[in-house]
Amino acid sequence: MLKIENLHAGIEGKKILKGINLEIKAGEVHVIMGPNGSGKSTLASVLAGRENYEVTEGSVEYMGKELLDMSPEDRAREGVFLAFQYPVEIPGLSTTNFMKTAVNEIRKYHGQEPLDAVAFLRMMKEKMALVNIDQSLLSRPLNEGFSGGEKKRNEIFQMAMLQPKLAIMDETDSGLDIDAIRIVSDSVNKLHNKDNAVLLVTHYQRLLDYIIPDFVHVMYNGRIVKSGPKELALELEEKGYDFIKNEIDVAEEA
Amino acid sequence: MNDVVLSNIEKTVLSDYKYGFVTNIRADEAPMGLNEDIVRFISAKKNEPQWMLEWRLKAFRQWLKMEEPVWANVKFPPINYQDIIYYSAPKQRPSLNSVDDIDPELKRTFDKLGISLDEQKRISGVAVDVVVDSVSIATTFKEQLSKLGIIFCSISEAIQKHPDLVKKYMGSVVPATDNYFAALNSAVFSDGSFCFIPKGVRSPMELSTYFRINAENTGQFERTLIVAEEGSYVSYLEGCTAPMRDENQLHAAVVELVAHEKAEIKYSTVQNWYPGDKEGKGGIYNFVTKRGICLGDHSKISWTQVETGSAITWKYPSVILKGNHSIGEFYSVAVTNNHQQADTGTKMTHIGKNTKSRIVSKGISAGVSNNSYRGLVHINKNASNSRNFSQCDSLLLGDKCGAHTFPYIEVKNNSSIVEHEATTSKIGEDQVFYCNQRGIDTETAVALIINGFAKEVMNQLPMEFAVEAQKLLAISLEGSVG
Ligand SMILES: Nc1ncnc2c1ncn2[C@@H]1O[C@H](COP(=O)(O)OP(=O)(O)OP(=O)(O)O)[C@@H](O)[C@H]1O
Ligand SMILES: [Mg+2]
Repeated sequence: MLKIENLHAGIEGKKILKGINLEIKAGEVHVIMGPNGSGKSTLASVLAGRENYEVTEGSVEYMGKELLDMSPEDRAREGVFLAFQYPVEIPGLSTTNFMKTAVNEIRKYHGQEPLDAVAFLRMMKEKMALVNIDQSLLSRPLNEGFSGGEKKRNEIFQMAMLQPKLAIMDETDSGLDIDAIRIVSDSVNKLHNKDNAVLLVTHYQRLLDYIIPDFVHVMYNGRIVKSGPKELALELEEKGYDFIKNEIDVAEEA
Repeated sequence: MNDVVLSNIEKTVLSDYKYGFVTNIRADEAPMGLNEDIVRFISAKKNEPQWMLEWRLKAFRQWLKMEEPVWANVKFPPINYQDIIYYSAPKQRPSLNSVDDIDPELKRTFDKLGISLDEQKRISGVAVDVVVDSVSIATTFKEQLSKLGIIFCSISEAIQKHPDLVKKYMGSVVPATDNYFAALNSAVFSDGSFCFIPKGVRSPMELSTYFRINAENTGQFERTLIVAEEGSYVSYLEGCTAPMRDENQLHAAVVELVAHEKAEIKYSTVQNWYPGDKEGKGGIYNFVTKRGICLGDHSKISWTQVETGSAITWKYPSVILKGNHSIGEFYSVAVTNNHQQADTGTKMTHIGKNTKSRIVSKGISAGVSNNSYRGLVHINKNASNSRNFSQCDSLLLGDKCGAHTFPYIEVKNNSSIVEHEATTSKIGEDQVFYCNQRGIDTETAVALIINGFAKEVMNQLPMEFAVEAQKLLAISLEGSVG
């Protein structure tokens, strides 16, 4: 589904991603961990098509097409979803209205008729139940005055509405209380199936008590320096990143 | 790199004006220029009684002694008042008995504008008066309204048929010599709408006037007068468009509202005069005086305006809160793009006790435009326990445009409370990207963000027009049509 090859990217001349290689197949769950500032969010942004990041080298194949050639909205319409680490506020625009526009824009792209009010509301109700989110939150202006946890839950709700093929979740578990983590993980598990894939960015192994990954990757200084089964996350939690950093630095010096 | 994305937003911000066509109809015009003879010519054309002519002449003589105001935050070359045609009427049969008698070419014009003059085809529940250049050409649903005692007709007709009402109220809110442009209007006004709601009657439909400037070199000087008697209610809407022309055209209107005890007038404007081209050539000078008086206790006047057009807008719909417990409201969205300039706001004058006013102003600027809010809240010594709340927000698209706020507050007693809040923000590249990431293109994203910003005001518009107005906001800021 997704094949990242030797991806280099940066911002304002500063190199952040320095040769990422990663392949994700349909049905898989991948986790990326790594110290602050290692480039995890940058990777997520580059995949989603944020224009202020400059790709200097490499390619990203998504469903047989070059992802990097597509506009951000077309990537979304083709099923790439990014749950933002810091969701944005839009005053005066309710989540409901926002989602109605998004759903119908995506339908239009696929040559489908827009959903009428009744069908849309039915869909909303269903997804609200799925991710356990309150109607009142969705009528409020998008993310405005939302608590950290509410913003994250709203991201999950949007993900449920848009049913992406590739869901990139950037620290969606950060700032959630224990119950919310369970609800979010439950939602992810319910939405996940053999035809879609999930790329999770997280700092906490506890999320992996609920979501079982196929692979765990460690990102350090703009590169994926170690990949392994889910047990790798446990090891990281125990030993911290230092043991990896040491390994890398030793290797680079040699 | 931020610049690249911003200019992307800016790219979508180029406006396309879709009402800019000219209709070929023969017009009956006054010679160019302004003097007493022109005033007499207009009055004679309208077959006016002597008192009306006297009133005009008095205003004209005063106007000659007045000077164009210079305090607004707008710039334009001097206007040559002798280069304007002060009267132009589409030539047609002298009097119309029904809308069916209108010149078919004109009818097609209005179809193109999305306004059907056919009563059957009109959105039910809206009566329209249509003013082209200097004269009213049609008023729909007249009969139905008259059964309730509601008078809704052109001001010219009102002068003929209801002289007592006109004499009593015209100039009672905006005196003929109130300001330079009001005086000019009083001298040369050629038409406009009149509406009278008798005691205890709630108008069953929206009343609306549609203004269209068609002829070249003409000015439009219409006058609207709305009187709501005790306990009555009316919701009134005006809309306007003009063809694209290279020269500037002057529009100097006067609107007066009178609300008696427990009466309520809701006045909404969707102003979309031609704004000029992208280089700032042409466009309408929209210099308008709008004022309402809450004459009786517990009366209410509410202004809502969506201002997207005109090269220059100079307009301050105001309320004089004379009756005790009366309420004045001003809800405004003003969009300026390219070289447009707007200096708009309101004046709330609290005279009665326990009076309340509320001001919500949303300014959106793009291109190299300039957008100013100017407001005055004045609370008299005797207006005890009065309140005002003002909220003035500005939204900037790009960094070459300007937003300014000039709030003036005068409180003469200490039992009253005035609150003022103001914010300025920019459309963020991150907001647009967030929308993009959900499958929404940049143009639609900008429209969503803008409509969100303006929502509190848009919510005040009558349902039938809210959707139109939303589209208009998007259109005046984007490349897309429709
Ligand atoms: N717009 C920007 N301008 C300058 N530097 C940036 C910008 N965006 C990211 N960076 C830098 O790139 C590096 C990687 O940032 P990124 O946000 O991708 O890290 P991260 O792995 O997601 O970290 P965290 O775990 O803290 O979320 C950091 O050093 C960051 O400061
Ligand atoms: Mg991050």
